[in-house]
Amino acid sequence: MAEKLPKLAKANLTALVVDDNSVNQSIHHKLLDRLGIQNDIVCNGKEAVDAHSSGRNYDLILMDMDMPIMNGIQATKRLREMGISCKIAGVTTRADEEEKKEFMDAGLNDFQEKPLTISKLISILQNLELYIVKT
Amino acid sequence: MNTTIVAQLQRQFQDYIISLYQQGFLDNQFSELRKLQDEGTPDFVSEVVSLFFDDCAKLINNMSKSLERPENVDFKQVDSGVHQLKGSSSSVGARMVKNVCISFKECCDVQNREGCLRCLQQVDYEYKMLKTKLQDLFKLEQQILQAGGTIPQVDIN
Repeated sequence: MAEKLPKLAKANLTALVVDDNSVNQSIHHKLLDRLGIQNDIVCNGKEAVDAHSSGRNYDLILMDMDMPIMNGIQATKRLREMGISCKIAGVTTRADEEEKKEFMDAGLNDFQEKPLTISKLISILQNLELYIVKT
Repeated sequence: MNTTIVAQLQRQFQDYIISLYQQGFLDNQFSELRKLQDEGTPDFVSEVVSLFFDDCAKLINNMSKSLERPENVDFKQVDSGVHQLKGSSSSVGARMVKNVCISFKECCDVQNREGCLRCLQQVDYEYKMLKTKLQDLFKLEQQILQAGGTIPQVDIN
């Protein structure tokens, strides 16, 4: 069932999945896993901020928009204020242009509509110059 | 391995999964999930789908409580539940559940309690129906594996 995937040129990438939904957490974790990207999962924006405050760093953050306690927009703004310069890709089901703009303006590097797929994740990685080299 | 039995089971599996797409229970996102399953995580799809059904039960219960008293409906809470349900149904390819959520959201937006109740009933029905269908699909998968066969790739396009 598993299809062959293009190799990442840059090895040892790390990512943080920020999503309050357990189904999406599972899927995003697996998607990253399949591309060889080690990843952690947190349940909301505050946990993402706390993770970085405690010294953890990632190459990529997949940030959901709607989350309790601290949403994706607030978390992205906070991370940028903290000086976190890693790539942040917003992933949300909200496709409204105004909401998308607000999310991008918070400090995202890229944006994809859910549901995420392998090809959408590859697109994020290519857009963010985290590179994919086709085998 | 009895190759005839394996071939029969594989054919049954293919026909059944295609019927689920054709009848609108599933959409392409389910195929995307199946692509992620590998030797290291042979139960990935059934595990994710199980999380989804747990989500459905919890969210439907919460929304039911929010809609209980006509004089005190928390439409914001209901809307939040619908949003969550739409998101996770979309992520697993549960097409009918997702479509009901779209109507459900419209009822929330205009604070139509009766409409919301109808949608709640519908979404409860649809997720339970899908659960039964997928349980049958996963049973077929197990039968194929136990007979020594492999799960066939199915192109639904």
